[in-house]
Amino acid sequence: MSEHIVPVRIYVTIFLVLLVGTALTVLAAFVDFPWKFNTIIALTIAVTKATFVVLYFMHVRYSSRLVWVIVASALFWMAILFALTFSDYLTRGWLSVGY
Amino acid sequence: MDATTQEVHGHRALQHHFENMEQQREAGTLGMWVFLVTELMFFGGMFLAYTLYRAKFPAAFASASNHLDITLGALNTGVLILSSFTMAMAVYFTQVGKQRPQVICLALTLLLGLTFLGVKAKEYHDKYEDSLIPGRLIPGRPFNPEVAHEGDHDPHKLHLLGNATVRQVEMFYWIYFAMTGMHALHMIIGAGLLTFLLIFSLKGRFDPEYHSPVEVIGLYWHFVDIIWIFLFPLLYLLGRHMEHV
Repeated sequence: MSEHIVPVRIYVTIFLVLLVGTALTVLAAFVDFPWKFNTIIALTIAVTKATFVVLYFMHVRYSSRLVWVIVASALFWMAILFALTFSDYLTRGWLSVGY
Repeated sequence: MDATTQEVHGHRALQHHFENMEQQREAGTLGMWVFLVTELMFFGGMFLAYTLYRAKFPAAFASASNHLDITLGALNTGVLILSSFTMAMAVYFTQVGKQRPQVICLALTLLLGLTFLGVKAKEYHDKYEDSLIPGRLIPGRPFNPEVAHEGDHDPHKLHLLGNATVRQVEMFYWIYFAMTGMHALHMIIGAGLLTFLLIFSLKGRFDPEYHSPVEVIGLYWHFVDIIWIFLFPLLYLLGRHMEHV
């Protein structure tokens, strides 16, 4: 498999998308959304920006399956870290036994 | 393979344990990705601590976050995104074998990285002035911010929202300095790596067939950028919508 050279046009587009994402996240932060939507919007924008960086700046979109597996494993282990920790912290009040 | 065929087919940068440049490059890229996964685990622990304490002290986290300088934070985000772009362009120019733009892009990336660190130093100094360095890390300047009273709009004082306490705000600053400090350390290491790339690039060591160092250091640089993409909204923007309520 020979190497894919990402065209400049794509790099410029991603750069602009990232700048727009930053502007949007700052603007959205000053609006008082109901419930936890401020955090949800901020994280959605951050995840979107990170995905663009990983796929295009870091060439994952054009990389081998092995690289995809490594990247997926990172997300998998992060999910374990958060899921197991919060399965403890979030459930501590559930049993109202006197201890 | 005897010595003569090796001279004909082997690139000068090809290590003997690889079949060809292609295999060598892919192995290097894969190795960098594995390293970045461990880096994500490392930062993940701090993101986890942040999430737990923010869930525990929401009002204090919002109050403490509002004291951070959003202009400098946003400026630094822009600087880092631009540096990621110039880094990606440096990889591109190496791949197509254009040395001069490659040198310029690497130099710009280094310059932007140092700009980021300069702005960060200014922010740290501002926090020092307002006695917001947690614990007793700085001799003679323990964590002791002035708390603003109702109607006082002095930006150097701490404006507590709801039931937030100064001790809880200190917890935010422990996490803030740990996360941004580790991020800044990664930036310093990145700046060192870029200096190395710049020197070798000036010597004309990289070409379309051999550009792994530019590629893998680029991966590292983008990773550090991604960490900041999450740090900026989580640390600077979390309580802005409550500021004038």
